[in-house]
Amino acid sequence: MKVVALAAAALLLATACAPGSETPEGGASAPSSVKTDAASLGDVSLTVWDQEVRGGQAAQMAELNKQFQAKYPNIKLKRVSRSFDDLKTTLRLALSGNDAPDVVQANNGRSDMGEFVKAGQLVPLDEWAKAYDWGSRYAASVMQYSRYSADGKTFGEGNLYGLPQVGEVVGLYYNKEKLTKLGIQPPTTWAEFEDALAKAKAGGELPMQLGNLDKWPAIHVFGTVQDKTTPADQITTLAFGRPGASWKTPENTKAAENLVSWVDKGYFNSGFNGQGYDPAWQDFGKGNGVFLIAGTWLQADLQKALGTKVGFMLPPGTDAGAKPVITGGTGLPFAMTNKAKNKDAAAAYINFITSPDAMKVLTATGNLPIADTAQQQEPAGLAKDVFAAFGTAVGEEGLVPYLDYATPTMYDTLGAALQDLMAKKATPQQFVDKLEADYSKFAGK
Amino acid sequence: MSSPPGEPRKIGYLYILPALVVYGLFLLYPLGRAVHLSLFEWDGISLGKFVGLSNYADVVADAGLRAAFGHALVLIVFYSVLPVVIGLALASVLQRARVRGLAFFRTVVFLPQVVAMVVVAVAWRQIYSPDGPLNDVLRAVGLDGLARGWLGDYAFALPAVGVIGTWFETGLVTVLLLAGMARIPRERYEAARLDGAGSVAEFFAVVLPAVRGEIAVAVTLTVIAALRTFDLVYVTTSGGPGTSTSVPSYEVYHRAFELGQVGSAAAIGVCLTVLIFVITLGVNRIADRA
Repeated sequence: MKVVALAAAALLLATACAPGSETPEGGASAPSSVKTDAASLGDVSLTVWDQEVRGGQAAQMAELNKQFQAKYPNIKLKRVSRSFDDLKTTLRLALSGNDAPDVVQANNGRSDMGEFVKAGQLVPLDEWAKAYDWGSRYAASVMQYSRYSADGKTFGEGNLYGLPQVGEVVGLYYNKEKLTKLGIQPPTTWAEFEDALAKAKAGGELPMQLGNLDKWPAIHVFGTVQDKTTPADQITTLAFGRPGASWKTPENTKAAENLVSWVDKGYFNSGFNGQGYDPAWQDFGKGNGVFLIAGTWLQADLQKALGTKVGFMLPPGTDAGAKPVITGGTGLPFAMTNKAKNKDAAAAYINFITSPDAMKVLTATGNLPIADTAQQQEPAGLAKDVFAAFGTAVGEEGLVPYLDYATPTMYDTLGAALQDLMAKKATPQQFVDKLEADYSKFAGK
Repeated sequence: MSSPPGEPRKIGYLYILPALVVYGLFLLYPLGRAVHLSLFEWDGISLGKFVGLSNYADVVADAGLRAAFGHALVLIVFYSVLPVVIGLALASVLQRARVRGLAFFRTVVFLPQVVAMVVVAVAWRQIYSPDGPLNDVLRAVGLDGLARGWLGDYAFALPAVGVIGTWFETGLVTVLLLAGMARIPRERYEAARLDGAGSVAEFFAVVLPAVRGEIAVAVTLTVIAALRTFDLVYVTTSGGPGTSTSVPSYEVYHRAFELGQVGSAAAIGVCLTVLIFVITLGVNRIADRA
């Protein structure tokens, strides 16, 4: 039997060619002329893959698709909806197949969109962006998340490969009731914020909830601290994995030291490295903890748990008037595949679901629209805080990308390094050394 | 005159041909393909680059990966050695005591095997959490100093994951051994007793040699389970804190599906397959010879 196995393996080696040789090489190119009148395109069938499966997300997609069909009866929509994880694992194969979808929701990072661009599977949308004037609707700091160079090597600049519908930003959730009890105002500067943490500790409250068992949650906490110590353009370069920056700077080391000092002062719940992400924010929802650094995606759940007791704000700057520097990003952008049969129809669809009217539908269904936030009828409660915070972050071009975007391995390297740092298994110096090794290995190429 | 049954011999191959085709299609071909992929640097979509054996060289050179294999060996203690020891004790007690409702106890001991590993992992994640039941119990008996976030503790995370394995595998081993012990003829016990053996001597002289085969099966199954642990680590710790619980199977998944290093993942997978093959072969050789 062993002989058979060996023979089979040898045969395979001799006959099979290099993996991936069946896919085309090089980047897909944009057409020189585009048509924006979707009604005149004749009968078209459009297959769309999205991951808007839950509650309000599913509702907005269904509503927008209905409106699109009503406006353009000549374009027949075929919607394939999958969960984020399912989409992420099946998209690779689907794109290389003969029956590829026309429009897909592709995750921004290097491991997904970057790879697809490199393999020439996505079409640059710049010609349509000009024709539809997307630049006036979307902030540059938002569009950068869907930009890649044609070879997929540079992230954050170059061609536009997709448009997102919703936004997300990492900020401070705070328990209003506890602040009142402690006699503290919501902080307006970073110093006031650290002061509030100290007062909360002294007052016998848990200053900040953190559940870091899943490795990634501390990335958001570190990012928030780093936003205060390191210039925004350096963070952007580091987080997009472009050459020209370094982790080994006094600013980044200071951010790490700052985070460790929070651990030393007991600002976090004990055993945070052994606590799950969900139990931690759920605990905050039960009224334990004064602050929680987390993304806008928790808005609905925390509103439900804490009602009027919870507030949300952008992490305060070094002084009250400082330009905001905020970790944040976009929902998954909608991109066009190079196998799209009618590219103008696909572009018309992407334009339709991201139009100012679409943003109203998004708001009405409980989502955080990425553009025209100020024009929306503001919802009540926590959502109002979230809208205002996101509007400020985008309006002042203050978004910096998630640090784990940097390299295909950074999510893991950074998560593990932060666990080491916060458990005192690594010094701030060793911490930045480790990140620099990962970053320079990739960005140096 | 017709030939005797089974002649000519070549006809025999025709009978096993369907099985061989299935075997080749679903086992040999993927295995060969994995070996093939392990020789390339490939991201899963664009054109792969032939790099020869360098992926294998990386497996040896990468300190993180060596550590991952080391963790898998530690898990063997928890998945295999401990369950066999505990299982032997449990089975001989259950067998000897002639307890009423033996079937019930056997079912209880076997129960973890019935539950999907992911469910087991989620449940234990709760048990180990900083404010979970385990720490509650420790605090209730005054051992506050021991309470901690077990899965986030550098010294205890790997043993904590291992204990889940022990809990999971003990049932299987016990039931296997019980079946083996049930086959021992009563006369042997009587003979041992006539020779003046106590219960301990009887265990070593009669029970242990009789269930040698079952022990070999148990060790083989549990060692394989230990080496291919993936779901447990994936759900409980994602290899953390730091990298203190990462194991080879987790690395295979991580590299192939998250990092887009398909060639490297295939090389680890092949190494793991070889390691499992060698260890199980060794276990069975020893069991046969003894």
